[in-house]
Amino acid sequence: MIKIKNLHASIEGTEILRGINLEVKAGEIHAIMGPNGSGKSTLASVLAGRDEYEVTEGSVDFLGNDLLDMEPEDRSRAGLFLAFQYPVEIPGVSNINFLKTAINEAREKRGEEPMAAKDFLKRVKDKSKLVELDGRLANRSVNEGFSGGEKKRNEIFQMAMLDPKLSVLDETDSGLDIDALRVVANGVNQLKTKDNASIVITHYQRLLDYIVPDFVHVLYQGRIVKTGPKELALELEEKGYDWIIKDLEEVSA
Amino acid sequence: MEVMNETVKMSTKDTFLSNFNLLDFSFDEDFSKDIRSAAKNTIEGLEFPTSKVEYWKYTRINKIIKRDYSISAPENKVEIDLSVPSKNCIVLINGFYSEELSFFESEVGVTFSSLSEAKKNSSVLKEKFNSLVKKDEIFAQINSAYHQDGAFMHVEKNVQAEEPYYILNFVDDSNILSNPRNFVFLEQGANVKVVLKTINTANAGSFTNMVSELFIEKNAHFEINKIQNEADDSFQIATEQVVQADDSTFKINTFTLNGAIVRNNLNIDSLGKNTMTYLNGLYPLKGKQHVDNHTYLLHREPNGESHELYKGILGDSSTGVFNGKVFVHREAQKTNAFQSNANIVMTDSATINSKPELEIYADDVKCSHGSTTGQLDEEALFYLRARGLSKDSARAVLVNAFASDVIEQIGVESVKEEIEQYIDDNYQGIK
Ligand SMILES: Nc1ncnc2c1ncn2[C@@H]1O[C@H](COP(=O)(O)OP(=O)(O)OP(=O)(O)O)[C@@H](O)[C@H]1O
Ligand SMILES: [Mg+2]
Repeated sequence: MIKIKNLHASIEGTEILRGINLEVKAGEIHAIMGPNGSGKSTLASVLAGRDEYEVTEGSVDFLGNDLLDMEPEDRSRAGLFLAFQYPVEIPGVSNINFLKTAINEAREKRGEEPMAAKDFLKRVKDKSKLVELDGRLANRSVNEGFSGGEKKRNEIFQMAMLDPKLSVLDETDSGLDIDALRVVANGVNQLKTKDNASIVITHYQRLLDYIVPDFVHVLYQGRIVKTGPKELALELEEKGYDWIIKDLEEVSA
Repeated sequence: MEVMNETVKMSTKDTFLSNFNLLDFSFDEDFSKDIRSAAKNTIEGLEFPTSKVEYWKYTRINKIIKRDYSISAPENKVEIDLSVPSKNCIVLINGFYSEELSFFESEVGVTFSSLSEAKKNSSVLKEKFNSLVKKDEIFAQINSAYHQDGAFMHVEKNVQAEEPYYILNFVDDSNILSNPRNFVFLEQGANVKVVLKTINTANAGSFTNMVSELFIEKNAHFEINKIQNEADDSFQIATEQVVQADDSTFKINTFTLNGAIVRNNLNIDSLGKNTMTYLNGLYPLKGKQHVDNHTYLLHREPNGESHELYKGILGDSSTGVFNGKVFVHREAQKTNAFQSNANIVMTDSATINSKPELEIYADDVKCSHGSTTGQLDEEALFYLRARGLSKDSARAVLVNAFASDVIEQIGVESVKEEIEQYIDDNYQGIK
């Protein structure tokens, strides 16, 4: 699905990603953990195509396309979805209307007819139910005045509407209460098929009780410094990151 | 033999005025002829404003006045789109009334006709015509002296008009100079909506100098939607003089869609108690367009409320000017006056000059004013693109959102749709 090779990226001259290697196959769930500031959101942003970041080295292959060469909208249309760590509020833009535009533009690109209004509305209804998003929120301006948790739910709602191949969830669990966490995780699990995949960025093993990852990676100072099975998350929860960092220092010493 | 070649250098003003030499107003009513001659006299003592004049500081009019114009009705049959959702529509072409294209379905208590027709019959017109026009404004005076025709509306006491009334002002040839003149009188308790549209179907060089006088009597409610769609290379100066009596509502929505130089002079004297006034404007600009909105609102009596909202989207190397003045008289206690001008500047070469002004002489009032200028929100743009909207669509969505609170003010559904469509089409719209 996605092959990230030796990815280096910097912002304003500071190198943040320093050689990321990661492959995610269809049907897999990968968790990325790591201390604050290690570059997790940067990785997500670079994949989504935010142009403040300069990719200085490396390549990303997404379903046979050179991802780094694509516009953000083309990445989305090709099936990449990023749930933002901090979703933006966009006053005056209706959640529903912009999703309709997004879906229909993608269909037009593929040479398909726009989605019938009836089908679209049904989809809105089904998917907002899936993430238990209040119907009124779906109709409001994008994230305007939403609580932190509502914003995160809205991200998953949009993910469900767009039906991506690869979703990158950037700390979608932070700020969620236990019930919301379950709801969001449920949504992700129900949308999971053998043909799609997810990268779940999180600080808490708790989320991984609900969304069970195939692999857990530790990102530290712009590199993946450890990869393990889901049990690694438990170990990190217990011991923190120090032991990994110490190991690293010993190796490099 | 030697030929003496003596050229008399005429002033810009005289050259401009010579455009009118061929006009014949002998058919006009006496009272109107008197107004024309008085205006001509007034013009003699006036000059065209330069940018040294504060009121015209940011709008240079040289391009407008140093051009050769013709004043003529179109020779060929005009092909124009008259599909308006109304049974009443006055059509002017190049400033002349078109009997052929105008259409009416009489509604009890509403007189809607050409101005020249009304000059023959209307006592209200005879009494009030030209009374609001300012003596020191040369363009308004030129209109008083040389207007061809226009629309007249008189709505009688307590009449609630059912449909919006349309005034379509077509310019159908190049280099046309026209002086449309409108007059609106709403009696006590009357209620009507008007759509006033200038549409330039030719390509170049015309100048529309329009003046409208509007009288809104006690407890009457009036809404006017003014759509200015001049050609790329054409000019418009539009002046509205409004008086509002007790308990009345006046709303104007000005949409400036095209034109090389467009200047709006909107002057409202809210002379009554407990009045409601809404001034809204939207100017989505492209190319080298220059649009200047000057508004003046006087709260003369207590308990008035006014809301002013002008929004600009400035693309390419366009320039915008907003100068809004709200004056609260000493007597006008309990006035609520809110004024706001917001602009999105899309490029480095577009500029806006914004000057909202409040002058308050009463102590018990609630007033605010503000002006903001910024770019499109990059974070929002990226968010929308990351969800699959093309850059153009994302931009259109954000522009639409920005413009939405002005568009929501439109009380005529078809106008609302038209403006939304315009934004979509011009900022690569939503399908
Ligand atoms: N515009 C910028 N200029 C300089 N440094 C930046 C800029 N933006 C981000 N950074 C730095 O890049 C590093 C990585 O940030 P990033 O947001 O990717 O971390 P993260 O792993 O997502 O952290 P968190 O767990 O707190 O969300 C941080 O040290 C941050 O300060
Ligand atoms: Mg982060």
